[in-house]
Amino acid sequence: MSAAPDHKPTFADVPITERVAQAMPVLLIPILVVLGLLAIGNPSSWLTLTVSGLAMGMMIFVMASGLTLVFGLMDVINFGHGAFISVGAFVGISVLFALSTWAGAPSLALNLAAILLAVVAAMVVTGALGWAFERVIVKPVYGAHLKQILVTVGGLIVLEQLIHVVWGPEEIFLTRPEMLKGSITFWGAALEKYRLLAVAVGLVLFIAMRLVFRRTKIGLIVRAGVENGEMVEALGYRLRIVFVGVFIAGSALAGLGGVMWGLYQEVITAGMGEEMMILVFIVVIIGGLGSVEGAFIGALLVGLMQNYIAFLEPKLALISNIGLMTAILMWRPQGMMPVVKAK
Amino acid sequence: MSDLILTLKNVHTDIAQYHILHGVDLDVPRGAVTMMLGRNGVGKTTTLRTIMGLWAARDGAISFDGQDITGLPTPARARLGLGFVPEDMGIFTDLTVEENMMLAAASGPLDAARKERIFTAFPPLRTFWDSEAGNLSGGQKQMLSIARAMAETRKLYLIDEPTKGLAPAIVSTMAAALRELKDEGATILMVEQNFAVAKALGDYAAVMDDGRIVWTGTMAELAGSAELQEKFMGLSMEAGA
Repeated sequence: MSAAPDHKPTFADVPITERVAQAMPVLLIPILVVLGLLAIGNPSSWLTLTVSGLAMGMMIFVMASGLTLVFGLMDVINFGHGAFISVGAFVGISVLFALSTWAGAPSLALNLAAILLAVVAAMVVTGALGWAFERVIVKPVYGAHLKQILVTVGGLIVLEQLIHVVWGPEEIFLTRPEMLKGSITFWGAALEKYRLLAVAVGLVLFIAMRLVFRRTKIGLIVRAGVENGEMVEALGYRLRIVFVGVFIAGSALAGLGGVMWGLYQEVITAGMGEEMMILVFIVVIIGGLGSVEGAFIGALLVGLMQNYIAFLEPKLALISNIGLMTAILMWRPQGMMPVVKAK
Repeated sequence: MSDLILTLKNVHTDIAQYHILHGVDLDVPRGAVTMMLGRNGVGKTTTLRTIMGLWAARDGAISFDGQDITGLPTPARARLGLGFVPEDMGIFTDLTVEENMMLAAASGPLDAARKERIFTAFPPLRTFWDSEAGNLSGGQKQMLSIARAMAETRKLYLIDEPTKGLAPAIVSTMAAALRELKDEGATILMVEQNFAVAKALGDYAAVMDDGRIVWTGTMAELAGSAELQEKFMGLSMEAGA
């Protein structure tokens, strides 16, 4: 083949200011952590709050990751996502009750096995529910945001009431499996064992999702589909199937988040998912619609901010996350790492 | 024109409430380059998108390689061997050049010889192989868009205005690459507003006006007739140039 003219561009060094600007969303986390230390003063309190904030952030991330993908890929605003969180919690906790001998045994292996089974059951049920939800409720309203809001809020209410039908109207209290009760002491700070587990689970999940998105073809299809679904189809990929798969996975993740949150709060209610959705939406919006990385950073910021402020100025805790969202949107109106370009 | 790879018969397409294609009849012969010409807004892009299945034909029939594809979804049409280079290039800007190419090679990894061929035609793609495609210049994005179509052998390439908004030097790089593709026997249906490029590459021409094909014939015939150009495209100024 005849060669086109050679291409030897000169590469300029990226100035440090630009590098910092690019990395800024990630840098916000250490900045917030350091600010927290300065404001709190006492290192052991600060460490306890930081772990607590990270754990909370990780759990919000688990719930938000599915929602941001569903929104990014399918342009669907799914308020029903909150119901999957609640259903996941109820299914998971029911399994834990059924396995109470395992959960109550002083053996970490048995405790973790019980949690694992609870999580698998919750994810299977919420995944299946997500599939049915997509087929019946969401499919007829693709492309129509207002209808999506109405119909998915309707679905949320129906699912919440179904929880009342199956599990009764009362909130259910629970205790964590034996070996996850209490805390360990580290540098004079009390770190709850369960929170450390939540941080580990969230981290593993985030890394796994990143690997899927960066290293696999299905990940490439999802990332490309978020940006230009039409072109992905024109290259021969059946994006509809990928859509449904992502919806199911996102719903299953909400179920996982529900189990984790239930164990964290040690109480579950039918409305817990709906309550969480406020934080989940904040995270999805400040992260940038469609961005898993953005949701991860956003969730950690929200978790840390909530814990620091609740300690420093409890009255401000309620508005701290709205304040965070406002500040971030003033800085980056499309969120920190927008994937979905303004449409 | 006996061996046709694509035929459109009386195709009507609506976009929202607008009736855009008013019965398009088009034959695309195999192994040749067919140029679709016409003023802006006459339905050239809509025709390509209808062939690709991105707009649904309300009426009429499209057959590709002996098969009726009128009701097929876009991915199925792509897998039958239609390659599409849209007007907006359709680059995945958050993905690297390499990832864009990986997606384009839907049936398996890009083989080394093909990759080398693409690099020879479009050297900047080698330079920026690991960079985000969003950082490419307009011309480089167009190169990537065409390279993506070349990532696999397609039975028919649908290319929408590949030289739109490009500097003359890049237009000639693009034209050279398309010429190579043509010389290898590829079948191309291309929308092109740059008449010089259309003349140089096209074997056949189909002129559209008002949602219909109003003239078809060989490119040589159209290029040789100032009268035809003026009548169908208002090209009297360019024809003398």
